[in-house]
Formats: sequence, structure tokens, C-alpha cells
Amino acid sequence: MSTTDARPIRVLVAKPGLDGHDRGAKVIARALRDAGMEVIYTGIRQTPEMIVEAAIQEDVDAILMSILSGAHMAIFPKVIDLLKQNEVDDVLVAAGGILPDEDIPAIKAMGIKGCFGPGTSTDEIIRFVRENVQVDRLTVEV
Amino acid sequence: MQNIVERLLKGDRRALARMMTLIESEAPVAHRYLAELHRSAGRAHIVGVTGSPGAGKSTLVTRLVRELRRQDCKVGVVAIDPTSPFTGGAILGDRIRMMELSGDPNVFIRSMASRGNLGGLASSTRDVVRAMDAAGYDPIIIETVGTGQAEVEVMRTAQTVLVVSAPGMGDDIQAIKAGILEIADIFVVSKADRPGADQTVAELRMMLTLGSNRRKAAWAIPVLKTSVPNNEGIEKVIEAIQQHREYLTTSGMLLQRAQRQARSELQALVLHTVLNTLNAKVSEDEWDALVEDVATRERDPYSIADELEARIGLR
Repeated sequence: MSTTDARPIRVLVAKPGLDGHDRGAKVIARALRDAGMEVIYTGIRQTPEMIVEAAIQEDVDAILMSILSGAHMAIFPKVIDLLKQNEVDDVLVAAGGILPDEDIPAIKAMGIKGCFGPGTSTDEIIRFVRENVQVDRLTVEV
Repeated sequence: MQNIVERLLKGDRRALARMMTLIESEAPVAHRYLAELHRSAGRAHIVGVTGSPGAGKSTLVTRLVRELRRQDCKVGVVAIDPTSPFTGGAILGDRIRMMELSGDPNVFIRSMASRGNLGGLASSTRDVVRAMDAAGYDPIIIETVGTGQAEVEVMRTAQTVLVVSAPGMGDDIQAIKAGILEIADIFVVSKADRPGADQTVAELRMMLTLGSNRRKAAWAIPVLKTSVPNNEGIEKVIEAIQQHREYLTTSGMLLQRAQRQARSELQALVLHTVLNTLNAKVSEDEWDALVEDVATRERDPYSIADELEARIGLR
């Protein structure tokens, strides 16, 4: 096994659902960039299929989804299912936006590791990504 | 797990994506894999799309891919965006405009950060394209970072280069006259529904008649207008790309370009190894001391270079 120096963390910032408010997602994207990460930003109204296909092609280390429309309990399970179908099991998934407290346990049970509501600091999200991306993806293993 | 190279050659998208990560990270094993892939690559037509920021590169690429999908091609796209010189981070936003293409398994889009390379591409773009080529994507479109004057590296990787200009930037044409305009095989004037498009076309045509372009005689560089809202001009661009491919093949230029590219690639590989060898022998502290000596005029850079060359056996 050989490893290389750590490469930049690659993150997909995606905006599923039908609401068009992506200011928050853009703030996160910018903050992650300033933290030295490579952020693939896909724009608004992404379907679960689009998100998973982009994550595969871009070989990202993390997927951050922002959703404000209330459709999270319909969309997140689809994303998780598609990841499983495609055998993508080493990517960190986190969510942000308007996520009611009572839904959080169910969201986490799906395998979505982080839930970030309004008022979360960008530093907290940066730290979360750094601490939770799978380290063996960052040093390229053979 | 099956060998990543075998999986890639069978068209496995995850294997291709992981291979690209290995290549981008300069993993030591990447060269061994690339050596295996080299034989299977070389089939794809590689098309470069360049132009200043906001000229309409991503939009043009999206439309080209849509048209190529109609012709049942399996299309690859490599889109490069700049890395921040301060943080090393990057926002790769080319997928936003390519949204309508995502979800189609016969379109593979990979975003790359330039990671400090200044030529309009990332230093590993050529190898990433090679992996895509070996995986059966054809054509492969490379979208450069928004370019100014000197980012001409795409001509060393692509076989057909499209230079995109938007109207209303007349001075812009003046400014880049001696730069990327020289590398165009096809000119595209985007946003042709906006005022000034015809003038831009006329200026480009004028420029082409002025210069003594060596390639002019054999390949008449077309100047084509496109408009996305009016859905105009895309088929013509595709036709021109295919005609250029024909021209390259029949004139022997395809081989000539491949040879030129092979030469610059070999030189770059050796240079890279030399630099790595040097960095393995000279510690960061020693570098700092040497650099300081030169900066304070304590010593001259030429004699230090002599010494360093001797250390890696070049003298």
C-alpha cells in the first residue's frame, strides 16, 4: 500500500427540491472553498438521480444537501437508496436547511451524519466535514 | 475487487471516476495504470473550448453535448475552473449550466480545479482525458478556465480548438488578438441574439484575412454564430468540428499534432521527475536558506543551480 500527500477534500453542494433559495448553499460553498476544499456546486432543483450521478462522476468525499421546501423526508431516502444501489459507501452525507427537530432522528437513521439548521456557523460545518470524511479516501490508497 | 483498469476499460463509471482522482492526486500508481490505458486511448476526438470568462463556454458545451447525444455519441466533458491562489480551494460551477445533461449515464462530466497551473488547464488534464478516452468516451470536450491572452495549453491537448467570443467586447478582441485567437481552429461568436454580434463576426473575419496564418490555406477557419434562446447555430458548430477532424485526418495533421503533443508530454514527464528528485534531496529548510541567500544577494542563483544539478547527477 502506498499513499500520497493529502489532496484537497472534494465536496458536492447540492440543492434538491423545488425551492429556489440557494443563498445558504452558496454561503456554505464559499466557506468550504475558503477552507481549501474543492466544491462542486450543482445549482438548484436537483433530483436525487442528478445528485448521485454527479457524486459518482466527480468522486467526491462528501455530499452536502440543502433543502428548505419541506420535502426532505421524500428526497433524502431516495438519495441514500441510489447511493446504496450504486455501491457508493464511502461518501459522507450531510444535510442543511429547514429540518424540523422531530425529523432529525429519522434523518440520522438513514445514514445522514450531520444535520445543520439555521444559525449554524460555517466554521462548524467546515470542522464537521474535516472530521468526518473518510480518511482513507483522502490519502490515495492502492 | 476486479482490477481498476479492467473495470474502467469495460466502461465502469466509478472505476473511471476513481482513476481520475488517482491521476489528479499524482498517486505513484497512477503512471502504471496510465501506461496500461495508453494503448486503449487515442480513439476519441478531443475538442477544446476556450474563451474569456463569461463568453459562454459552459453554455456552448452543454448545447454541443445535447446535440452529440442526439447523434448517439458517448460524450466526455472535462471542465476546469480556477483554484484560489490563497487557500487552495475552488468552486467548480460548470455543472450548474450543464444541469440538463446530468443523470444521463452516457455523458460523463468531470470538474477539475486548476491547482496552480496557469495555462488554462490543470496539469493532469491530459491524463484525465486519456482515462476518459480509454473508457470509450468520444468525443471528449475540454472546457478551459476563463482565459485571457496566454492560456494556450489547450492546443497541446486538444485536436480541435474552439475559441468563444461574446459580442459587445470589441476591445476584448483587440486585447486577445495575439493570444488565444491564434490557436483557434473554429471561432464561435456566442449570444448572437445580442446587439453587436455581426460586428464581432466581421472583426474576426477581418483579422483572419490580415494575418499570414500558416494554416489558413489548408483549413479555412470558420467564424460561426450561436444563440441559445433562438436555438441557432449549434448544428453548424458540430459540422465544423467534424469537418476539422476530417481535415486533420486526410492532411496528416492529426499524426503531426499527436507527435508534437507526445514530445511535449515526454519532456514534461522528465522535468517533473527531475524536480521531484531534487525536492527529495533538498530539505525545506535548505531551500529556505538558499532562497534567502539569493534574495539578499549573498549568492547568485547560477552557481547554486550548478551545485543542485551536481547533487542529482546532472553535472
